[in-house]
Amino acid sequence: MSDRIFGAVGVLLAVFYGWAALQTEESFLSDIVGPKAFPLIIASILGLSSLIIFAFPDAKPKWPSLPRLVELFAAVVVLMLYAEFLDEAGFVFATALAATYLSWRLGSPPVQAVIAGVAIAVSIYVVFHLVLGLSLARGPFGF
Amino acid sequence: MDMFSNLYDGFAIAITWQNLLLALVGCFLGTIIGALPGLGPSNGVAILIPLAFSLGLGPTPAMILLTSVYYGAMYGGRISSILLNIPGDEPAMMTCLDGYPMARKGLAGEALSLSGIASFVGAFLATWGLIFLAPQLVQFALLFGPAEYFALFALAFATLGGVSSTNQAKSAFAAMLGLGLAMIGVDQQTGTPRLTFGDVHLYDGIDFLVAIVGLFALSEVFIFLEHRHGKADADDTAVKVGRLTPSWATLKTCTPSILRSSCLGFLAGVLPGAGASLGSFISYTVEKRLVDRDGTFGTGDPRGVAAPEAGNNAAAGGALVPMLALGVPGSGTTAVLLAVLLSLNITPGPLLFNHNPDVVWGLIAALFIANFVLLALNIPLVGLFTRVLMVPPRILMPFVAMVSFVGIYGISGSAFDLQMMVGFGILGWVLRKLDVPLVPIILGTLLGNMMENNLRRAISISNGDWWVLIQSPLAIGLWIVAIVGFVLPIFVGRLVKARMRSRAPASEWAADEAPADRP
Repeated sequence: MSDRIFGAVGVLLAVFYGWAALQTEESFLSDIVGPKAFPLIIASILGLSSLIIFAFPDAKPKWPSLPRLVELFAAVVVLMLYAEFLDEAGFVFATALAATYLSWRLGSPPVQAVIAGVAIAVSIYVVFHLVLGLSLARGPFGF
Repeated sequence: MDMFSNLYDGFAIAITWQNLLLALVGCFLGTIIGALPGLGPSNGVAILIPLAFSLGLGPTPAMILLTSVYYGAMYGGRISSILLNIPGDEPAMMTCLDGYPMARKGLAGEALSLSGIASFVGAFLATWGLIFLAPQLVQFALLFGPAEYFALFALAFATLGGVSSTNQAKSAFAAMLGLGLAMIGVDQQTGTPRLTFGDVHLYDGIDFLVAIVGLFALSEVFIFLEHRHGKADADDTAVKVGRLTPSWATLKTCTPSILRSSCLGFLAGVLPGAGASLGSFISYTVEKRLVDRDGTFGTGDPRGVAAPEAGNNAAAGGALVPMLALGVPGSGTTAVLLAVLLSLNITPGPLLFNHNPDVVWGLIAALFIANFVLLALNIPLVGLFTRVLMVPPRILMPFVAMVSFVGIYGISGSAFDLQMMVGFGILGWVLRKLDVPLVPIILGTLLGNMMENNLRRAISISNGDWWVLIQSPLAIGLWIVAIVGFVLPIFVGRLVKARMRSRAPASEWAADEAPADRP
């Protein structure tokens, strides 16, 4: 079933991709092939392979249970928020929070997770910023 | 001879304090990355590329650092195979078969040092193979026009899925997804934006480094989160290394196996598609056929440890041949190394040898240096690396995730790119679940624009005649190889893969399912 859904989504993606490629505005200076041809070739092979996946599905993969999916979703939200607020919060603060969260969810007890998170953030800051001179998000306190 | 003077120049470039230090650091990090289950050469190199890049290293030092990591990871993979029966990366799978039984007999130290020597010989011979073969291939590749290049790219995609994928429709899907992503952005030839939906962020296209780090590194973090696999694989009692040198007698019985396996592995590496996993598999199988008269293979025969290690390290060197000479990588990790060169504005391929001989020969010299460094690191210091296996993933994986963010932030500094990287991480997780190979996606995003340019150039030259793509005998030959390479695995690949899986120990492939069934 998973592969059937995957194939169907693939076909929709191919149709959408082909449609989006057709929206490209041709410039009057275009070469003979133009900017649309190659994306259209891609779309057709994409659609064809999706149809084959749909028609001959593999064995079902082992999907995680619902709580595990929620777990993954939560991690994605945390990482998205991290990316969004990195510049405002500053590197060390934001990274310590995100690393603490990940370490906790991977099974560290809360106190250890905080220690691990702070240690990860500080060690990356020291190695990459202070020693190697890489620019990191500065934030309100400058680190 | 011309070649030796080139090599001499290469050493002159490679031997500076900075480069030697980079080689040392690269080898050290690489061995650690290879040893840790769940991190292999491709995601190890993927995490480090943005860093090498944002540290402002020049092309040669950056390549020296990253190829040292690559070679180091190939060495390191054997450590957890032997000690824990868990392959540190996919190519090290075959090493489990005899390595772990040796460790159980109390010969872990001997197995580690013997496989270290086998790795050294394999990689050393393969580097010589690279020196001899790559320039020949360059001569050949200079005959290529745009139509032939287009066919060559098609060949790379057709064969890359190859043995490592069971479902050719899925590897075709992956390749098209990658090519499709590469099309996003302003068209280089006409200047019109394509597939951007008016979003200014997308005008520059999607940076392939964002895709690589997301697909390879972050998806690994998600896999670990999914199984909440946070415990260390090793505990103190399990690791007993013992005597660290192989006896002369063992070494002597293994030498023919090592030499044969090095040649086989090198050839397997040069062929596009399978890379190091095939190298170690073929070496082990052939040695078993040839020398296993008493049925000792699989019960801790030293030759069964030496053969796959020589094979996979030789294949790692062999995979660099098509990458440097043709610009078409032969394996996942070399695809990632290709990304390094492209982001440094260097286009690999036949012209690289003429335009940037310093990069090529400096790199080759660096491979020799890395090899000796690795031998030195891996024999006496192997005890240090066995300690690394005790770092639990609940500390390691957050670190990997955060370093990935640091790398991408260092390049672009934009929240949009970071979020796109998280998106690629999820995509990578879903695709891995569905058994879709990730390497063709990477290769597609890397080569998409070059492939299209060659197509358009070929057809412009012929005034709009699409048949030009299959007119020269060379192009026809490439297309035939491409088609055979795509169709053949449908029949043969399933067989080989099934055998690889059934031969592999009960523990799983590090690359996709490593933490799956353990508590």
